[in-house]
Amino acid sequence: MRSNENVHEGDGLMRKLAWLAVAAIAVIGAGTANAQETPRKGGTLRMTAPYAASFGSLDPHTTPRAQDDIVNKAIHRTLYNWDTANSKLVLELAKSVSTSADGMTHTFRLRDDAYFHNGRKMTADDLIYSYTRLMDGSKGYPGARFARIIKGAVDVEKGQAKEISGLKKIDDFTLEITVTDLVDPGFYFFDGSTAILPKEEVEKGNFAANPVGLGPFKFKEHIPGSRVVAERFDKFYKPGKPYLDKVEVLIMAEAAARDVAFRNKEVDTSILGPAQYVAYRADPVLSKSILEVAEMFTRSMRFNIDSIKPFQDKRVRQAINYAIDSNLIINRLVKDKAYRATSWLPPSSASFDNTVKPYPYDPEKARKLLAEAGYPNGFEFEWTTSQNESWGLPIVEAVIPMLARVGIKAKPKLVEVTVLTEIAMKGDNQALIASSQTGPDSLAVLRCFYSKTPRTACNYTGFKNAEFDKLLDDAAQEGDMAKRAELLKKANNLLFEEAPVWFFNYNKAVLAFQPWVHGLQPNPTEITHQYLEDVWVDARSPAK
Amino acid sequence: MLLVLGRRLANIIPTMLAVVALVFLLFSVLPGSFISGMNEDGRSTIDPAVMERMRKEMGLDDPLIERFAKYVAATATGDLGTSFRTREPVTKMLAGRIWPSLKLVLAAMTFAILVGVTLGFLAALKPGSLIDTAAMVGAISGLSLSQFWFGLMLMYLFALKLQWLPSFGYGDGGLRNLILPAIALGVGPMALLARTTRAAVLDVLNADFVRTARSKGMSERRVVEWHVLRNALVLVITIVGLQFGSLMGQAVVVEKLFAWPGVGSLMVDSVFQRDMPTVQGCILMIVLFFLVINTLVDLAYVVIDPRIRYR
Repeated sequence: MRSNENVHEGDGLMRKLAWLAVAAIAVIGAGTANAQETPRKGGTLRMTAPYAASFGSLDPHTTPRAQDDIVNKAIHRTLYNWDTANSKLVLELAKSVSTSADGMTHTFRLRDDAYFHNGRKMTADDLIYSYTRLMDGSKGYPGARFARIIKGAVDVEKGQAKEISGLKKIDDFTLEITVTDLVDPGFYFFDGSTAILPKEEVEKGNFAANPVGLGPFKFKEHIPGSRVVAERFDKFYKPGKPYLDKVEVLIMAEAAARDVAFRNKEVDTSILGPAQYVAYRADPVLSKSILEVAEMFTRSMRFNIDSIKPFQDKRVRQAINYAIDSNLIINRLVKDKAYRATSWLPPSSASFDNTVKPYPYDPEKARKLLAEAGYPNGFEFEWTTSQNESWGLPIVEAVIPMLARVGIKAKPKLVEVTVLTEIAMKGDNQALIASSQTGPDSLAVLRCFYSKTPRTACNYTGFKNAEFDKLLDDAAQEGDMAKRAELLKKANNLLFEEAPVWFFNYNKAVLAFQPWVHGLQPNPTEITHQYLEDVWVDARSPAK
Repeated sequence: MLLVLGRRLANIIPTMLAVVALVFLLFSVLPGSFISGMNEDGRSTIDPAVMERMRKEMGLDDPLIERFAKYVAATATGDLGTSFRTREPVTKMLAGRIWPSLKLVLAAMTFAILVGVTLGFLAALKPGSLIDTAAMVGAISGLSLSQFWFGLMLMYLFALKLQWLPSFGYGDGGLRNLILPAIALGVGPMALLARTTRAAVLDVLNADFVRTARSKGMSERRVVEWHVLRNALVLVITIVGLQFGSLMGQAVVVEKLFAWPGVGSLMVDSVFQRDMPTVQGCILMIVLFFLVINTLVDLAYVVIDPRIRYR
């Protein structure tokens, strides 16, 4: 058995690279907890849920949506959490983990002080129940994609077994998880859709209307289409936390209305779009309370390499990267609410290489590369796009004349954002601009360019490269996480060189907060997902 | 009266059937599905095997005719299906949204009737006066205003600047939260009612029976109260009925802007996420509301003007 340190031996490297994430995270103002201030107990935090006009479900197993996870992070807990300060995954519901010599079996020493909101103590049975529930093949729970890594989970999914053979209860607070691949289990058991739920409450039925979890706040009220209210859970396992008495998550899908409400001090947090970002940055008061982070989302134009011949030539793909003045677009259109992409993986990844420079704007070089590739007069392609203001039609319209300057004619094809993935999965496009989740599991992210990954499973570009495949194979076999990170860094750099996409930007998520709010975290996995036990409001808060 | 009611109710069934068919077909030809929509904005990545299973579970792979037949049969028994998104019965979701929607529509209509009819009436009594000009300028502006923009202006003025009212949300369901969205929603019907009332009253004021009433020596106040108001009301009620019926559908923008938890905001969210059972349920609810209100208006005609008889 290896110790916890051994399992996370990549942490050393991650610590060295932590400054990368820190560099990417610009915290303006005092949003993060100030160590010199003593957190105040009590008060209410009024967060906004900006991504839709309602919540999908408060049963975390049934929803993969970011909007729902805003609430679920307050009420529920997963085996691992994302530690923003140190840019890594950390144990949440376990005190320690040890790993077998072959790296396939992880033994978790679970917390013996974690209680569900119904007063019952969490045990290993609850993890076994929750992961087994995810694998109910008749339900299609989104979290099954994570639990599938457990040995025997697929058998349950197919109805060939009732229990997952890779889950073994040693005692009430010790759980052994055997996985099918050499992976860091943190990447698989930190997602909100793998939350640990109490069987007795789920089986009562109507769990989404009365969610019971392990989180710092217990559910109080849900007015569909309006708000969710949760109250402090006094038996939460972190001593002295949470600080807040109450959390209100208010649905506010309209950016302009959110802006008025924020300025009117009716809400405590508000996610900002490009237009508001400019206004808030220019405001001497509002600019002091803005939290910014390079989220794990990479915006790009994906070339469908199989669709037209020019895209099969690396020089053509590189030429497009040289032909577009990305900095100008980020500055003028995205209003600097983005970081220039210098690879597929985002800055918070341990495999991000900060020495790599972005493709410079060089139309001359683009023309030269096109001529070398046999397209001195350019070529024509159809570019599928949505209306999105940050990675949709406005961007495409700005790029078209830039490409025309080197002889490439791009014809935009507008589709609704809802159908982008479907089009990508079918390969029914020549090029497509989209935002892709690129973290935190760098290996899984890069597998979207692995030749054996089918298009339906995310290889939307149809990219095939033997050298890249080998680097990924080697990384997958490498148990030493530091070495794995190095291999993935090479693969990431190779991908940048091969340019199966136009590397546009990493999303800069911006959260405005009121000056009385403290302890917010610039979470790069999704800035609206806050670990609310660390958040507190000072006496200036007007909320009761 | 009963005959009128019976005929109107009998008309509702084929209309509803046609709406069900139309909505069902429209959503069947729309690109995208709830499952693929779960990957929107790169916010999540659903495993293809999971997507496949969910498609099967939701019956999205079944032939269109089969799905339609199942839907009609279930709807006839009051079962509107299960939401793809929340996995809850659509009827339950709608039940939670109807009261906020009704409250908003009733408040908006009350505002529209009180302000619109009063303005129209005053304008008609003194045509060409300052009050007439001001009322009609206001009415035309009201008709031209975008609900979204007007709602934002209301928020800006009454919440941000004057700090009189909350800018958004349902609050405790009380009047304070209701006022701004109701005005934003009611301004269009208010403007229409003002113009219609003015035209109807002017028309009646020039009618022979009014001249006769005046020549009999009836006081002007009595003429207006007994003859003008009652006769002008028929046209006004028609407009009120039509506007009232369609207001629930029009509330989509206002509900989303003010984060008001009504049927409209549920519908728009469900459309974007291709949650077909919920969208169909919402549309059915809105159409049913429209038809019921229209039936009530038809009955009101008979009560107000006994000359009107339906054959």
